[in-house]
Amino acid sequence: MVDGGLNLYHLQFLAVGALWTVCLSLIAFVGGGLAGGVIALCRISSFKPLRWLTIAWIQIIQGTPLLVVLFVCYFGLSIMGLELPGLVAASIAMIVYVSAYLGEIWRGCIEAVPRTQWEAAECLALSRWQRMRLVVLPQALRIATPPTVGFMVQIVKNTSLASIVGFVELVRAGQLINNSTFQPFLVYLIIAAVYFAMCYPLSVWSRRLEARLHFGQRAAGQA
Amino acid sequence: MKATPSMNAVVELQDVHKRFGSNPVLKGVSFAIPKGQVVAIIGQSGSGKSTALRCIDRLETIDSGTIQVCGHAVHAPDVDLRRLRQDVGIVFQSYNLFPHLTVEQNITLAPKAVKGLSSADARAIAERTLRQVGLADKAQAYPEQLSGGQQQRVAIARSLAMEPQVMLFDEVTSALDPQLTGEVLRVIEQLAEGGMTMVLVTHEMEFAARVADTIIYMHAGKVWETGPGAMLKNPQTPELRDFLSHGL
Repeated sequence: MVDGGLNLYHLQFLAVGALWTVCLSLIAFVGGGLAGGVIALCRISSFKPLRWLTIAWIQIIQGTPLLVVLFVCYFGLSIMGLELPGLVAASIAMIVYVSAYLGEIWRGCIEAVPRTQWEAAECLALSRWQRMRLVVLPQALRIATPPTVGFMVQIVKNTSLASIVGFVELVRAGQLINNSTFQPFLVYLIIAAVYFAMCYPLSVWSRRLEARLHFGQRAAGQA
Repeated sequence: MKATPSMNAVVELQDVHKRFGSNPVLKGVSFAIPKGQVVAIIGQSGSGKSTALRCIDRLETIDSGTIQVCGHAVHAPDVDLRRLRQDVGIVFQSYNLFPHLTVEQNITLAPKAVKGLSSADARAIAERTLRQVGLADKAQAYPEQLSGGQQQRVAIARSLAMEPQVMLFDEVTSALDPQLTGEVLRVIEQLAEGGMTMVLVTHEMEFAARVADTIIYMHAGKVWETGPGAMLKNPQTPELRDFLSHGL
Protein backbone atom coordinates (compact mmCIF):
# COMPACT_ATOMS: atom_id res chain seq x y z
CA MET A 1 0.00 0.00 0.00
CA VAL A 2 2.74 2.51 -0.99
CA ASP A 3 0.38 5.02 -2.61
CA GLY A 4 -1.72 5.09 0.62
CA GLY A 5 -4.99 5.44 -1.25
CA LEU A 6 -8.25 3.73 -0.74
CA ASN A 7 -8.85 0.90 -3.13
CA LEU A 8 -11.66 -1.47 -3.83
CA TYR A 9 -10.43 -3.98 -1.25
CA HIS A 10 -10.75 -1.33 1.46
CA LEU A 11 -14.26 -0.45 0.36
CA GLN A 12 -15.18 -4.13 0.42
CA PHE A 13 -13.82 -4.37 3.94
CA LEU A 14 -15.96 -1.39 4.95
CA ALA A 15 -18.98 -3.01 3.31
CA VAL A 16 -18.46 -6.18 5.35
CA GLY A 17 -18.18 -4.00 8.47
CA ALA A 18 -21.43 -2.29 7.56
CA LEU A 19 -23.07 -5.69 7.18
CA TRP A 20 -21.96 -6.63 10.70
CA THR A 21 -23.39 -3.32 11.95
CA VAL A 22 -26.74 -4.23 10.42
CA CYS A 23 -26.45 -7.74 11.85
CA LEU A 24 -25.74 -6.51 15.39
CA SER A 25 -28.52 -3.91 15.09
CA LEU A 26 -31.04 -6.60 14.15
CA ILE A 27 -29.92 -8.90 16.99
CA ALA A 28 -30.20 -5.97 19.40
CA PHE A 29 -33.64 -4.98 18.13
CA VAL A 30 -35.18 -8.45 18.01
CA GLY A 31 -33.59 -9.70 21.25
CA GLY A 32 -34.04 -6.38 23.02
CA GLY A 33 -37.57 -6.13 21.68
CA LEU A 34 -38.60 -9.52 23.07
CA ALA A 35 -37.01 -8.71 26.42
CA GLY A 36 -38.50 -5.20 26.29
CA GLY A 37 -41.98 -6.60 25.75
CA VAL A 38 -41.63 -8.80 28.84
CA ILE A 39 -40.29 -5.84 30.81
CA ALA A 40 -43.16 -3.58 29.71
CA LEU A 41 -45.74 -6.13 30.89
CA CYS A 42 -43.89 -6.76 34.16
CA ARG A 43 -43.68 -3.02 34.72
CA ILE A 44 -47.49 -2.75 34.81
CA SER A 45 -48.09 -6.03 36.60
CA SER A 46 -50.30 -6.02 39.68
CA PHE A 47 -47.65 -8.08 41.51
CA LYS A 48 -45.62 -5.46 43.40
CA PRO A 49 -42.25 -7.26 43.81
CA LEU A 50 -42.16 -7.93 40.05
CA ARG A 51 -42.90 -4.28 39.36
CA TRP A 52 -40.15 -3.08 41.71
CA LEU A 53 -37.62 -5.50 40.22
CA THR A 54 -38.42 -4.26 36.73
CA ILE A 55 -38.18 -0.60 37.75
CA ALA A 56 -34.77 -1.31 39.31
CA TRP A 57 -33.55 -3.02 36.15
CA ILE A 58 -34.71 -0.12 33.97
CA GLN A 59 -33.18 2.53 36.24
CA ILE A 60 -29.82 0.75 36.46
CA ILE A 61 -29.49 0.15 32.71
CA GLN A 62 -30.74 3.60 31.73
CA GLY A 63 -28.31 5.16 34.21
CA THR A 64 -25.28 3.27 32.87
CA PRO A 65 -23.38 4.29 29.73
CA LEU A 66 -23.66 1.63 27.01
CA LEU A 67 -19.87 1.55 26.91
CA VAL A 68 -19.78 0.43 30.55
CA VAL A 69 -22.47 -2.18 29.91
CA LEU A 70 -20.31 -3.46 27.05
CA PHE A 71 -17.23 -3.64 29.26
CA VAL A 72 -19.14 -5.44 32.00
CA CYS A 73 -20.45 -7.99 29.51
CA TYR A 74 -17.15 -8.54 27.75
CA PHE A 75 -14.56 -8.29 30.53
CA GLY A 76 -16.83 -9.18 33.38
CA LEU A 77 -18.00 -12.38 31.77
CA SER A 78 -14.47 -13.34 30.75
CA ILE A 79 -13.39 -12.98 34.41
CA MET A 80 -16.07 -15.52 35.23
CA GLY A 81 -14.34 -17.85 32.81
CA LEU A 82 -16.50 -17.32 29.75
CA GLU A 83 -14.31 -16.43 26.79
CA LEU A 84 -16.90 -14.85 24.54
CA PRO A 85 -16.34 -13.80 20.97
CA GLY A 86 -16.88 -10.09 20.36
CA LEU A 87 -20.21 -10.57 18.61
CA VAL A 88 -21.75 -12.55 21.49
CA ALA A 89 -20.60 -10.12 24.19
CA ALA A 90 -21.73 -7.15 22.11
CA SER A 91 -25.08 -8.82 21.44
CA ILE A 92 -25.72 -9.48 25.12
CA ALA A 93 -24.81 -5.90 26.02
CA MET A 94 -26.98 -4.42 23.27
CA ILE A 95 -29.94 -6.63 24.18
CA VAL A 96 -29.68 -5.56 27.83
CA TYR A 97 -29.44 -1.91 26.80
CA VAL A 98 -32.32 -2.04 24.29
CA SER A 99 -34.61 -4.00 26.63
CA ALA A 100 -34.54 -1.22 29.24
CA TYR A 101 -35.33 1.57 26.78
CA LEU A 102 -37.91 -0.24 24.66
CA GLY A 103 -39.51 -1.59 27.83
CA GLU A 104 -40.06 1.95 29.11
CA ILE A 105 -41.22 3.26 25.73
CA TRP A 106 -43.75 0.47 25.38
CA ARG A 107 -44.92 0.77 28.98
CA GLY A 108 -45.64 4.43 28.29
CA CYS A 109 -47.55 3.52 25.14
CA ILE A 110 -49.70 0.96 26.96
CA GLU A 111 -50.52 3.56 29.63
CA ALA A 112 -51.28 6.12 26.90
CA VAL A 113 -54.33 4.09 25.90
CA PRO A 114 -57.20 5.86 27.73
CA ARG A 115 -58.53 4.27 30.93
CA THR A 116 -62.00 4.45 29.39
CA GLN A 117 -60.99 1.79 26.87
CA TRP A 118 -60.09 -0.56 29.72
CA GLU A 119 -63.42 0.29 31.36
CA ALA A 120 -65.51 -0.27 28.25
CA ALA A 121 -63.83 -3.65 27.67
CA GLU A 122 -64.32 -4.56 31.34
CA CYS A 123 -68.03 -3.76 31.12
CA LEU A 124 -68.38 -6.13 28.16
CA ALA A 125 -67.26 -8.94 30.52
CA LEU A 126 -63.81 -9.40 28.93
CA SER A 127 -61.17 -10.92 31.22
CA ARG A 128 -58.06 -8.88 32.09
CA TRP A 129 -55.93 -10.73 29.56
CA GLN A 130 -58.64 -10.38 26.86
CA ARG A 131 -58.82 -6.65 27.52
CA MET A 132 -55.06 -6.42 27.15
CA ARG A 133 -54.85 -8.57 24.02
CA LEU A 134 -57.95 -7.47 22.07
CA VAL A 135 -58.41 -3.82 23.06
CA VAL A 136 -55.38 -2.22 24.70
CA LEU A 137 -52.33 -3.80 23.02
CA PRO A 138 -53.55 -3.19 19.42
CA GLN A 139 -54.00 0.48 20.28
CA ALA A 140 -50.72 0.62 22.20
CA LEU A 141 -48.94 -0.88 19.18
CA ARG A 142 -50.12 1.95 16.96
CA ILE A 143 -48.97 4.53 19.49
CA ALA A 144 -45.64 2.71 19.92
CA THR A 145 -44.63 2.44 16.28
CA PRO A 146 -43.16 5.94 15.72
CA PRO A 147 -41.00 6.05 18.89
CA THR A 148 -39.88 2.44 18.36
CA VAL A 149 -38.74 3.11 14.79
CA GLY A 150 -37.05 6.27 16.04
CA PHE A 151 -35.19 4.26 18.66
CA MET A 152 -33.97 1.88 15.95
CA VAL A 153 -31.86 4.80 14.72
CA GLN A 154 -30.23 4.99 18.17
CA ILE A 155 -29.55 1.26 18.07
CA VAL A 156 -27.78 1.47 14.71
CA LYS A 157 -25.57 4.33 15.87
CA ASN A 158 -24.78 2.76 19.23
CA THR A 159 -23.50 -0.44 17.65
CA SER A 160 -20.39 1.62 16.88
CA LEU A 161 -19.39 1.23 20.55
CA ALA A 162 -18.99 -2.50 20.02
CA SER A 163 -15.72 -1.67 18.29
CA ILE A 164 -14.23 -1.29 21.77
CA VAL A 165 -14.50 -5.01 22.41
CA GLY A 166 -12.86 -5.90 19.15
CA PHE A 167 -16.03 -6.63 17.24
CA VAL A 168 -15.33 -5.63 13.65
CA GLU A 169 -18.34 -3.54 12.69
CA LEU A 170 -18.22 -0.45 10.50
CA VAL A 171 -16.25 1.89 12.80
CA ARG A 172 -13.68 -0.77 13.72
CA ALA A 173 -13.31 -1.63 10.05
CA GLY A 174 -12.56 2.03 9.44
CA GLN A 175 -9.95 2.12 12.23
CA LEU A 176 -8.20 -0.93 10.75
CA ILE A 177 -8.15 0.64 7.30
CA ASN A 178 -6.74 3.87 8.73
CA ASN A 179 -3.79 1.93 10.08
CA SER A 180 -2.81 1.07 6.54
CA THR A 181 -3.96 4.03 4.44
CA PHE A 182 -3.47 6.94 6.87
CA GLN A 183 -6.39 8.83 5.37
CA PRO A 184 -8.64 9.05 8.43
CA PHE A 185 -10.71 12.02 7.33
CA LEU A 186 -11.77 10.38 4.08
CA VAL A 187 -12.42 7.04 5.75
CA TYR A 188 -14.58 8.51 8.52
CA LEU A 189 -16.43 10.66 6.00
CA ILE A 190 -17.35 7.52 4.10
CA ILE A 191 -18.37 5.80 7.35
CA ALA A 192 -20.57 8.79 8.31
CA ALA A 193 -22.22 8.62 4.89
CA VAL A 194 -22.92 4.92 5.32
CA TYR A 195 -24.48 5.47 8.79
CA PHE A 196 -26.57 8.26 7.35
CA ALA A 197 -27.72 5.99 4.53
CA MET A 198 -28.81 3.42 7.13
CA CYS A 199 -30.47 5.83 9.58
CA TYR A 200 -32.14 8.36 7.32
CA PRO A 201 -34.70 5.92 5.83
CA LEU A 202 -35.62 4.89 9.39
CA SER A 203 -36.17 8.52 10.41
CA VAL A 204 -38.30 9.21 7.36
CA TRP A 205 -40.36 6.10 8.04
CA SER A 206 -40.82 7.12 11.67
CA ARG A 207 -42.06 10.60 10.67
CA ARG A 208 -44.45 9.12 8.13
CA LEU A 209 -45.89 6.72 10.72
CA GLU A 210 -46.31 9.59 13.14
CA ALA A 211 -48.18 11.66 10.56
CA ARG A 212 -50.50 8.74 9.87
CA LEU A 213 -51.20 8.22 13.57
CA HIS A 214 -52.01 11.87 14.20
CA PHE A 215 -54.30 12.03 11.22
CA GLY A 216 -56.36 9.20 12.67
CA GLN A 217 -56.56 10.94 16.03
CA ARG A 218 -57.49 14.26 14.46
CA ALA A 219 -60.42 12.78 12.57
CA ALA A 220 -61.63 11.03 15.71
CA GLY A 221 -61.51 14.31 17.64
CA GLN A 222 -63.91 15.90 15.22
CA ALA A 223 -66.61 13.27 15.76
CA MET B 1 -85.83 6.95 51.97
CA LYS B 2 -86.47 3.27 52.60
CA ALA B 3 -87.40 1.25 49.53
CA THR B 4 -89.72 -1.69 49.96
CA PRO B 5 -87.98 -4.76 48.47
CA SER B 6 -89.92 -5.85 45.46
CA MET B 7 -90.38 -9.52 44.62
CA ASN B 8 -89.20 -9.10 41.06
CA ALA B 9 -86.66 -6.31 41.61
CA VAL B 10 -83.93 -6.58 39.03
CA VAL B 11 -81.82 -3.87 40.64
CA GLU B 12 -81.98 -3.12 44.34
CA LEU B 13 -79.81 -0.78 46.38
CA GLN B 14 -80.17 -0.75 50.17
CA ASP B 15 -78.55 1.98 52.25
CA VAL B 16 -75.49 2.33 50.03
CA HIS B 17 -72.64 4.48 51.33
CA LYS B 18 -69.57 5.43 49.38
CA ARG B 19 -66.79 7.93 49.89
CA PHE B 20 -63.95 8.95 47.59
CA GLY B 21 -61.08 9.47 49.99
CA SER B 22 -62.50 11.73 52.68
CA ASN B 23 -65.35 12.93 50.50
CA PRO B 24 -68.68 11.13 51.06
CA VAL B 25 -70.50 10.82 47.75
CA LEU B 26 -73.33 8.39 48.55
CA LYS B 27 -74.88 8.78 51.98
CA GLY B 28 -77.46 6.04 52.22
CA VAL B 29 -78.97 5.48 48.79
CA SER B 30 -81.84 3.02 48.47
CA PHE B 31 -84.08 2.20 45.54
CA ALA B 32 -85.50 -0.83 43.78
CA ILE B 33 -86.25 -1.32 40.10
CA PRO B 34 -88.73 -4.01 39.02
CA LYS B 35 -88.27 -5.89 35.79
CA GLY B 36 -89.27 -4.04 32.64
CA GLN B 37 -89.30 -0.64 34.32
CA VAL B 38 -87.45 2.45 33.18
CA VAL B 39 -85.97 4.63 35.91
CA ALA B 40 -84.45 8.05 35.29
CA ILE B 41 -82.05 9.49 37.86
CA ILE B 42 -81.76 13.26 37.79
CA GLY B 43 -79.85 15.72 39.92
CA GLN B 44 -77.08 18.25 39.99
CA SER B 45 -73.45 17.45 39.27
CA GLY B 46 -72.01 16.05 42.43
CA SER B 47 -75.30 14.63 43.69
CA GLY B 48 -73.90 11.13 43.27
CA LYS B 49 -76.14 9.93 40.44
CA SER B 50 -73.35 8.74 38.12
CA THR B 51 -71.55 7.15 41.04
CA ALA B 52 -74.69 5.27 42.05
CA LEU B 53 -75.06 4.02 38.48
CA ARG B 54 -71.44 2.91 38.28
CA CYS B 55 -71.80 1.04 41.57
CA ILE B 56 -74.55 -1.09 40.02
CA ASP B 57 -72.04 -2.52 37.54
CA ARG B 58 -69.27 -2.56 40.15
CA LEU B 59 -67.17 0.01 38.34
CA GLU B 60 -66.99 1.48 41.84
CA THR B 61 -67.01 -0.48 45.07
CA ILE B 62 -69.16 0.63 48.00
CA ASP B 63 -68.24 1.10 51.66
CA SER B 64 -71.47 -0.22 53.16
CA GLY B 65 -74.96 -1.28 52.18
CA THR B 66 -76.08 -3.89 49.69
CA ILE B 67 -76.62 -3.98 45.95
CA GLN B 68 -78.52 -6.83 44.34
CA VAL B 69 -78.53 -7.00 40.55
CA CYS B 70 -80.13 -9.89 38.61
CA GLY B 71 -79.49 -12.23 41.48
CA HIS B 72 -75.86 -11.15 41.97
CA ALA B 73 -74.73 -9.70 45.29
CA VAL B 74 -72.66 -6.90 43.76
CA HIS B 75 -71.39 -5.64 47.13
CA ALA B 76 -69.81 -9.01 47.96
CA PRO B 77 -66.06 -9.33 47.32
CA ASP B 78 -66.51 -12.69 45.59
CA VAL B 79 -69.14 -11.58 43.09
CA ASP B 80 -68.81 -13.20 39.65
CA LEU B 81 -67.89 -10.08 37.67
CA ARG B 82 -67.86 -11.84 34.34
CA ARG B 83 -71.44 -13.04 34.77
CA LEU B 84 -72.53 -9.70 36.22
CA ARG B 85 -71.19 -7.78 33.25
CA GLN B 86 -73.03 -10.10 30.87
CA ASP B 87 -76.30 -9.38 32.68
CA VAL B 88 -75.69 -5.64 32.86
CA GLY B 89 -74.99 -3.46 29.84
CA ILE B 90 -73.68 0.07 30.29
CA VAL B 91 -73.40 2.94 27.80
CA PHE B 92 -71.07 5.83 28.64
CA GLN B 93 -71.17 9.54 27.97
CA SER B 94 -68.05 9.33 25.78
CA TYR B 95 -69.18 6.22 23.83
CA ASN B 96 -65.77 4.51 24.29
CA LEU B 97 -65.89 2.60 21.04
CA PHE B 98 -62.72 0.67 20.13
CA PRO B 99 -61.07 2.90 17.47
CA HIS B 100 -58.94 0.17 15.92
CA LEU B 101 -61.99 -1.99 15.03
CA THR B 102 -64.84 -1.52 12.57
CA VAL B 103 -68.36 -1.00 13.86
CA GLU B 104 -69.17 -4.66 13.25
CA GLN B 105 -65.98 -5.83 14.97
CA ASN B 106 -66.75 -3.56 17.93
CA ILE B 107 -70.06 -5.35 18.35
CA THR B 108 -68.89 -8.93 17.69
CA LEU B 109 -65.80 -8.71 19.93
CA ALA B 110 -67.44 -9.54 23.25
CA PRO B 111 -69.93 -12.20 22.02
CA LYS B 112 -67.04 -14.07 20.43
CA ALA B 113 -64.52 -13.63 23.23
CA VAL B 114 -66.84 -14.06 26.21
CA LYS B 115 -69.65 -16.28 24.96
CA GLY B 116 -67.56 -18.20 22.44
CA LEU B 117 -69.97 -17.57 19.56
CA SER B 118 -68.84 -18.37 16.03
CA SER B 119 -68.05 -15.52 13.64
CA ALA B 120 -71.24 -16.19 11.69
CA ASP B 121 -73.46 -16.13 14.78
CA ALA B 122 -71.77 -13.01 16.11
CA ARG B 123 -72.13 -11.27 12.77
CA ALA B 124 -75.86 -12.11 12.72
CA ILE B 125 -76.24 -10.53 16.15
CA ALA B 126 -74.31 -7.46 15.00
CA GLU B 127 -76.61 -7.10 11.99
CA ARG B 128 -79.67 -7.38 14.19
CA THR B 129 -78.56 -4.83 16.78
CA LEU B 130 -77.32 -2.40 14.12
CA ARG B 131 -80.71 -2.59 12.43
CA GLN B 132 -82.32 -1.98 15.81
CA VAL B 133 -80.39 1.28 16.22
CA GLY B 134 -80.82 2.25 12.57
CA LEU B 135 -77.22 1.84 11.42
CA ALA B 136 -77.36 -1.35 9.35
CA ASP B 137 -75.33 0.24 6.54
CA LYS B 138 -72.42 1.30 8.77
CA ALA B 139 -71.11 -2.13 9.68
CA GLN B 140 -67.75 -1.69 7.94
CA ALA B 141 -67.16 1.92 8.97
CA TYR B 142 -64.60 2.90 11.61
CA PRO B 143 -65.77 4.88 14.67
CA GLU B 144 -63.79 7.96 13.62
CA GLN B 145 -65.87 8.17 10.44
CA LEU B 146 -69.16 8.43 12.34
CA SER B 147 -70.89 11.37 13.98
CA GLY B 148 -71.26 11.47 17.77
CA GLY B 149 -74.87 10.37 17.61
CA GLN B 150 -73.99 7.44 15.37
CA GLN B 151 -71.11 6.40 17.62
CA GLN B 152 -73.39 6.47 20.64
CA ARG B 153 -75.94 4.30 18.82
CA VAL B 154 -73.17 1.84 17.95
CA ALA B 155 -72.21 1.83 21.63
CA ILE B 156 -75.82 0.95 22.49
CA ALA B 157 -75.82 -1.82 19.84
CA ARG B 158 -72.54 -3.14 21.27
CA SER B 159 -74.09 -3.45 24.73
CA LEU B 160 -77.30 -4.97 23.37
CA ALA B 161 -75.33 -7.66 21.52
CA MET B 162 -74.49 -9.27 24.87
CA GLU B 163 -78.24 -9.58 25.58
CA PRO B 164 -78.20 -7.99 29.03
CA GLN B 165 -81.11 -8.02 31.43
CA VAL B 166 -80.51 -4.43 32.54
CA MET B 167 -79.17 -1.47 30.56
CA LEU B 168 -77.51 1.47 32.28
CA PHE B 169 -77.13 4.81 30.50
CA ASP B 170 -74.70 7.32 32.02
CA GLU B 171 -75.61 10.77 30.62
CA VAL B 172 -75.35 9.34 27.11
CA THR B 173 -76.55 12.47 25.33
CA SER B 174 -74.65 15.05 27.39
CA ALA B 175 -71.76 15.14 24.89
CA LEU B 176 -74.04 15.50 21.86
CA ASP B 177 -75.50 18.58 20.26
CA PRO B 178 -79.32 18.84 20.13
CA GLN B 179 -79.87 17.38 16.65
CA LEU B 180 -77.77 14.28 17.42
CA THR B 181 -79.39 13.89 20.84
CA GLY B 182 -82.75 13.15 19.26
CA GLU B 183 -81.63 10.10 17.30
CA VAL B 184 -80.12 8.53 20.42
CA LEU B 185 -83.17 9.27 22.57
CA ARG B 186 -85.37 7.64 19.93
CA VAL B 187 -83.35 4.42 20.22
CA ILE B 188 -83.60 4.50 24.00
CA GLU B 189 -87.37 5.04 23.79
CA GLN B 190 -87.70 2.04 21.47
CA LEU B 191 -85.75 -0.10 23.91
CA ALA B 192 -88.05 1.03 26.70
CA GLU B 193 -91.12 0.12 24.66
CA GLY B 194 -89.53 -3.26 24.04
CA GLY B 195 -89.62 -3.95 27.77
CA MET B 196 -85.92 -3.57 28.66
CA THR B 197 -85.19 -2.75 32.28
CA MET B 198 -83.25 0.53 32.16
CA VAL B 199 -81.63 3.06 34.44
CA LEU B 200 -80.90 6.42 32.84
CA VAL B 201 -78.83 9.15 34.39
CA THR B 202 -79.86 12.11 32.34
CA HIS B 203 -80.40 15.85 32.10
CA GLU B 204 -83.13 15.47 29.50
CA MET B 205 -86.11 16.30 31.74
CA GLU B 206 -88.87 16.09 29.13
CA PHE B 207 -87.56 12.78 27.88
CA ALA B 208 -87.35 11.45 31.40
CA ALA B 209 -90.89 12.57 32.21
CA ARG B 210 -92.23 10.94 29.04
CA VAL B 211 -90.34 7.65 28.95
CA ALA B 212 -89.49 6.82 32.56
CA ASP B 213 -91.87 4.93 34.82
CA THR B 214 -90.16 6.39 37.87
CA ILE B 215 -87.95 9.42 38.33
CA ILE B 216 -85.45 9.54 41.17
CA TYR B 217 -84.14 12.94 42.14
CA MET B 218 -80.82 12.72 43.95
CA HIS B 219 -79.37 15.48 46.05
CA ALA B 220 -76.21 15.52 48.16
CA GLY B 221 -75.70 11.77 47.96
CA LYS B 222 -79.24 10.75 48.90
CA VAL B 223 -82.48 9.92 47.13
CA TRP B 224 -84.37 13.14 47.76
CA GLU B 225 -87.64 12.57 45.93
CA THR B 226 -89.02 9.78 43.84
CA GLY B 227 -92.17 9.41 41.80
CA PRO B 228 -93.67 9.22 38.32
CA GLY B 229 -93.02 11.81 35.62
CA ALA B 230 -95.77 14.06 36.96
CA MET B 231 -93.57 14.66 39.99
CA LEU B 232 -91.57 17.13 37.93
CA LYS B 233 -94.63 19.36 37.55
CA ASN B 234 -95.27 19.15 41.26
CA PRO B 235 -92.00 19.13 43.24
CA GLN B 236 -92.44 18.48 46.96
CA THR B 237 -89.05 19.66 48.24
CA PRO B 238 -87.40 23.06 47.81
CA GLU B 239 -84.24 21.41 46.48
CA LEU B 240 -86.10 19.83 43.56
CA ARG B 241 -88.02 23.01 42.92
CA ASP B 242 -84.71 24.86 42.80
CA PHE B 243 -83.11 22.27 40.53
CA LEU B 244 -85.98 22.32 38.04
CA SER B 245 -86.16 26.11 37.89
CA HIS B 246 -82.48 26.33 37.01
CA GLY B 247 -83.03 23.96 34.12
CA LEU B 248 -80.08 21.76 35.01
